[in-house]
Order: sequence, then structure tokens, then C-alpha cells
Amino acid sequence: MGAINRRQAFLLGGGFVALTVMPMAANAEPSNDAAELIKTFTGGKEAAKGKITLDLPEIAENGNTVPLALSVESPMTPDNYVKEVLFVADGNPNAGVATLMFTPMSGKAEASIRIRLAQTQNVIAIAKMSDGSLFTERKTVKVTIGGCGG
Amino acid sequence: MADKPRIKLPKEAKKGEIIQIKTLVSHLMESGQRKDAQGKPIPRKIINKFACEFNGKPVFSCVLEPAISANPYIQFDAKIDEEGTFKFAWTDDDGSVVTAEEKIALKA
Repeated sequence: MGAINRRQAFLLGGGFVALTVMPMAANAEPSNDAAELIKTFTGGKEAAKGKITLDLPEIAENGNTVPLALSVESPMTPDNYVKEVLFVADGNPNAGVATLMFTPMSGKAEASIRIRLAQTQNVIAIAKMSDGSLFTERKTVKVTIGGCGG
Repeated sequence: MADKPRIKLPKEAKKGEIIQIKTLVSHLMESGQRKDAQGKPIPRKIINKFACEFNGKPVFSCVLEPAISANPYIQFDAKIDEEGTFKFAWTDDDGSVVTAEEKIALKA
């Protein structure tokens, strides 16, 4: 039985590291249902850029509670208002974040919530207006400590 | 089950004024993604719906997913055209509903 020399020991160690790291890398792939949720919400129609202002931190130290502020340009009158805004996060285990429903009685299409982000990813907002037109905006948030999982 | 919610809004407003409403309710918002000490998944239990109406008419509502932080904070606006009562309702996954009411008067 030959003794393992340093090179073999190094290779064995390297192989072990690769094995343990790879499943984690696979989990980090954005592989959730973000595109599917958006398609259901828009009915397959293209959303235009604009009208939406998203206020999210560029870097979130704690993914458990990330402040999110939304503002959509709209007169909010009974014949021209923002009906719904869908939020999805493309790197969370489940893409859905929230759907906000406004009415002309909202006065403004503005709202703030706090969300969980599992990892660095994009937060996408899609607004549906009362005339059926769609607008979208996205922001990338770098997450230092993930907000999902144990 | 959620505790008594906290709501912040002005006591009175001018006719036509847009006021800001801040709400917070204590709730774990168990995402269903976590595991307990034995490695078993902890079932999801979140507040999945919030709604606000004024004098019986809808003002603002939302559907919430597990990606909402614990103790959900929701801030939104409302246009005041008359005096009246705001009603708030938080719906839990277990079907229970926590409600609250706030009155607002018109400034002379």
C-alpha cells in the first residue's frame, strides 16, 4: 500500500471541496417562477419602461427586512388610475412578493412594504393601469445575509 | 395569530387632502422555507391579504406572499372627501381575520 503523496492528497481535498460547493452553486441559480407570474399578470403583453419609481437599497445587509417603496405616476382619477402592481423577486425560492391594488380613493399610487430577499437578485415591479396599459421597472439588490431558509 | 395592529393616521384632514396611513401588525410570517432543529420543514403561516376600506368603499388592498418580512408593515395613501371610518382587515393563512377601525373628521 503506497503512501499518498502530497499531490494526491491535494487532489483528493480539491475533489471534496468541488463536490460540496457545487450543489450550493446550483441552488443560487435564479430558477423560480418569476417569468411565469409576470406572464399571468400581463397576459403575455409587453410592459413599457417608465412611470414607476422603485426605492430599494442597493445593498441590503439583512435580507430579512428590505424596505421597498413604490410610486407610480398617475392622476388617480376614476377614469385614469393605477389598478394593480405586481412585485416579483427573481432569486427567491418563490418569486411572488406581493400584489398591491389601488383605487381612485387611494389618492396617490404610492406604498411602502418590507420584503425578504434570499440572495442578491432583481426585484421587478409591473403596474397595470385602468386602461390596461402596463409599465415595468426593476432594481438589483445586493444581499449580504439571506432572508429565507433556516 | 396576529396581535392588535398598530395604525397611524391623522385625526382630521381637509376635504380633498391625501393622507398617509401606516400600519403594522405583529406576525411571524413563517415563510415555509425554514427547517426546525430536527430538520423538518416548518409549515408556511403568513398573513396573505390586507384590505383597507373607507365608508364601505375599497381604498387599498394587497395580496402578500411569504417574501413579506415578519411583522408586516404596510404604508399607503387615501384621499379624504368626507368624514368617516376606515376599516382594516388582515387575513391569516389559518383563516382568522384581525380587524381594526379608525375615524377621521373633516377640518373646518
